Amino acid sequence: MSEKNKFDRDSISNTLIVAIGLSLVCSVIVSSAAIVLKPIQEKNEEEFRQQIILDVAGLMQPDGNIEDMFAAIEPRMVELDTGEYSDAVDPATFDALMAAGDPQLGIAIPSDKDIAGIGRRAKYAPVYIVRDGTGIDQVILPVYGKGLWSTMQGYLSIAPDGNTVRGLRFYAHAETPGLGDQIDKEPWRAQWAGKVIYDGGDEPQIRVIKGVVPAAAPDASHMIDGLSGATLTANGVTGLVRYWTGPHGFGPYLKNFREDIADE
Amino acid sequence: MSEARTILIDPLIDNNPVTLQMLGICSALAVTTSLLPALLMCLALTSVAALSGAAISALRHRIPNNIRIIVHMTIIASLVILVDQLLRAYAFETSKQLSVFVGLIITNCIVLGRAEAFAMKNGVVMSFLDGLGNGLGYSVILIAVATLRELFGAGTLLGYPVLELVSNGGWYEANGLMLLPPSAFFIIGLLIWGIRTWRTQQVEKADYQIHEVHRTEVY
Repeated sequence: MSEKNKFDRDSISNTLIVAIGLSLVCSVIVSSAAIVLKPIQEKNEEEFRQQIILDVAGLMQPDGNIEDMFAAIEPRMVELDTGEYSDAVDPATFDALMAAGDPQLGIAIPSDKDIAGIGRRAKYAPVYIVRDGTGIDQVILPVYGKGLWSTMQGYLSIAPDGNTVRGLRFYAHAETPGLGDQIDKEPWRAQWAGKVIYDGGDEPQIRVIKGVVPAAAPDASHMIDGLSGATLTANGVTGLVRYWTGPHGFGPYLKNFREDIADE
Repeated sequence: MSEARTILIDPLIDNNPVTLQMLGICSALAVTTSLLPALLMCLALTSVAALSGAAISALRHRIPNNIRIIVHMTIIASLVILVDQLLRAYAFETSKQLSVFVGLIITNCIVLGRAEAFAMKNGVVMSFLDGLGNGLGYSVILIAVATLRELFGAGTLLGYPVLELVSNGGWYEANGLMLLPPSAFFIIGLLIWGIRTWRTQQVEKADYQIHEVHRTEVY
């Protein structure tokens, strides 16, 4: 009993000791875990992104080394307003979301043009060029925009005609599991292959519709089946694909791309 | 040893944190659309519950009463961050599916409830076992719910096709309701019904009973 009286755990001194001691111990544990594991986590993120690019390009082999496979793809920076290649920024270290917020590297998107709901975008953007034996096989563009819950980030692969979609895949999104998350699942995403973005003009015509695309529709090549229960996610996908392939996104670049290929 | 056994086994059915105490329902709805994330969530919650129980029990004679909940939260939060970081490093793809729900273990009532109700009054080993047992009790329910939802909602288990889907040329039409949160409510409800039919001592007494007044009593 006397021993218990000597130690008063509710005293102010003990309260302070426990509070400060515990904070120190916990913060050391948490921060050292974060520091020790950070390189592995960053490698995971980067590999996952590269895996998605390889996947949308159709180059992914399940047993292959991602770094080796990725070496076959040529990353280039593009200045979006002019659509010309640029060496002002290094594609390896470029972070589109960071650059969009930067007053030097980013610009605000006029609200009537902001169909992807992103507010700002970077002046530059990377493109990933895939060549085969005879020339350019496809070009992969990073695209992102607002879905229902989150910013959906993905890659859009386009054939050398600068008009036909090869594939669309998302590497980061937080859409409703089981409904909106179908955007990154077979068989929905397989529909994108072969769809046509433009109809002669500069404005993209491609869109996700409600319900199933009627096979007889004259512009069926511009339409993708809707996602039942995920209309807002589907509208978000339409918005982001149209924004990034439109005149304010990669439109000028794709125009140059088509002309370059035609000249070759 | 029999006491330790009871502490470990009791929360599996007889004193299950989900079906008897109705705790941890939020994550049981959110992460059970498919089995793999549910398994990882169980692993994460069980390790946090066991380790936080042990840590809080070890400190129980030092923890001042007036800041004890803050102390519990700090310990639990640190463990959750640790688990989250480990998952992001070693189970990257599944951790993406779990998204915020690992972080939300911090506010999971099971973990804090066991810390407050058990670990503050019992020894380190017993508290560890208690956390482990309650984590496993939660896991039993989550795995059952996730198995049913993935099987009938997507026709797969752990991503492997079990029921051939009509969309892939098979016979099974996937039940989309199974992938929506309400289905987890229904399944948990049915589980509770089943368990209480089997273990009738879990049936709660009605809070009050309507006294039927006979006509002769009124006058």
